Amino acid sequence: MSISAIQEEIVAEFELFDPENWDERYQYVIDLGKSLPLIDAKYKTDENIIKGCQSKVWLHADYEGGKVVYSADSDAILTKGLIAILIRSFSHQAPKDILEAKTDFIDRIGLKEHLSPTRANGLVSMVKQIKMYALAFSSKSEQQA
Amino acid sequence: MFNVQAIRADFPILTQTVKGKNLVYFDNAATSQKPKQVIEAIANYYETINANIHRGVHYLSQISTDRYEAARETIRKHVNAQHAFEIIFTSGTTHGINLVASGFEPLLNENDEILIGALEHHSNIVPWQFLAERTGAKLRVIPMLENGTLDLSSLSEILTEKTKVVAVNHISNALGTINPIREIIAAAHAVGAAVLIDGAQAAPHLQPDVQALDCDFYTVSGHKICAPTGSGFLYGKESWLNKMRPYQGGGEMIKEVTFEKTTYADLPHKFEAGTPNIEGGIGLGVALDYLNNIGFDKIAAQEQSLLEYATAKISAIDGARIYGPDTSHKTSVVSFNIEGVHPYDLGALLDKMGIAVRTGHHCAQPIMNFFDIPGTVRASMMFYNTFEEIDALVNGIEKAKQMLL
Repeated sequence: MSISAIQEEIVAEFELFDPENWDERYQYVIDLGKSLPLIDAKYKTDENIIKGCQSKVWLHADYEGGKVVYSADSDAILTKGLIAILIRSFSHQAPKDILEAKTDFIDRIGLKEHLSPTRANGLVSMVKQIKMYALAFSSKSEQQA
Repeated sequence: MFNVQAIRADFPILTQTVKGKNLVYFDNAATSQKPKQVIEAIANYYETINANIHRGVHYLSQISTDRYEAARETIRKHVNAQHAFEIIFTSGTTHGINLVASGFEPLLNENDEILIGALEHHSNIVPWQFLAERTGAKLRVIPMLENGTLDLSSLSEILTEKTKVVAVNHISNALGTINPIREIIAAAHAVGAAVLIDGAQAAPHLQPDVQALDCDFYTVSGHKICAPTGSGFLYGKESWLNKMRPYQGGGEMIKEVTFEKTTYADLPHKFEAGTPNIEGGIGLGVALDYLNNIGFDKIAAQEQSLLEYATAKISAIDGARIYGPDTSHKTSVVSFNIEGVHPYDLGALLDKMGIAVRTGHHCAQPIMNFFDIPGTVRASMMFYNTFEEIDALVNGIEKAKQMLL
């Protein structure tokens, strides 16, 4: 499935929640945060850390069969839940598609404030880092081709 | 009798709803809200007397200069300084500390030491690190104890003839700890060191008497005491201010300028280069009048009641840990964590309930490192807060706990 199709799917899922009621949406993100498979302990290193002022994020990327596979973790559950959503959208995709993809679907699911630089939770830097990995893998694959 | 509802009526922002709920504002240690008297003073300044000060010969300039200097006198009286020229207008505490640290540069060398406390805000750490880098002086730290107070037992070892400056906060922003500054000032003076007190967190809760304290410098941020953002003041003893190098060069701070040499203006103008934040300074005077009209004894008593109530309520929450000393040794700050809950998660959920708290390291990372935590949730209260708001906070914490655990 394409990145935009996955993002539409996520938006459709969030539309099931009562828009007047923030609790349900947040509970869903929290539960996602609780269920996200942890990053392999060997990748939870200082090298992979993205330090936000408020919470920490660890991000690792592998390149498998022309697709980038991301795994990540955070010490805060809400951040981790957001990571789960971002990874669902970007992981197992081609570098070129990742580079072109947008994150404005986060606004549409009512979680925009968590992807704001003022939150300083590490997510904005994480999205940048996701793209950096894609860029690195795309130039690597061009060299090989 | 303390009529909190009458006081709240002075603060327009407190009447609004956030996310459909009544705003509960517990981030006062970050910045305070402003009473309408201050807001009106700013509007009035621009509507009627705006002009540059200390320069013009015209009517408006004379009035705005008079108002600005009247505010300086209000501040002088408030902190009981000997002279109005010992009050330097600043943009806030950070500015005041940088001004002093920079001014001391010619007075220090590589054999000297600078002493700060373990409870400092980054703004009372970094400027001294700059000074240490530039002069070769060594930066030393008064350690802290598990209860969030300074450990003065080693003071006689770390405070020596080599110490030239001691910089400590009156009250910790992260924990609310009231530091024993009289003791520190006396010990520092015994070895000939100058003492700067960072009063950013103290000024909202008490009235400092700089002569009784005998401190050499005392810095305050206007925005934390109901005054406009970007206003503030530094009190400095005349003798030190005369020895210090000016912080910034520019207009207003000079006596005579030639391309060969400039002689500086007299105090306080030597340290007030450029056009200042005029409406901010005037607003600061109005804010102090407002607070003194209520009375700092009443303010302190009300805030102590709020602190004790909040401490009892939050302590009763399962898994809660409050950092810092007991309520008799701190101001109205409750810095806490809930076991198994990241402070960011708790803060973000409280925000959804219309409750404003601060989360994170509070610009005091060494304290968080000491406790080995990523941060805390900090609820900081002012006299305009209510017991009902504390109940809302406690209910909010319980709800967040249910969602997160």
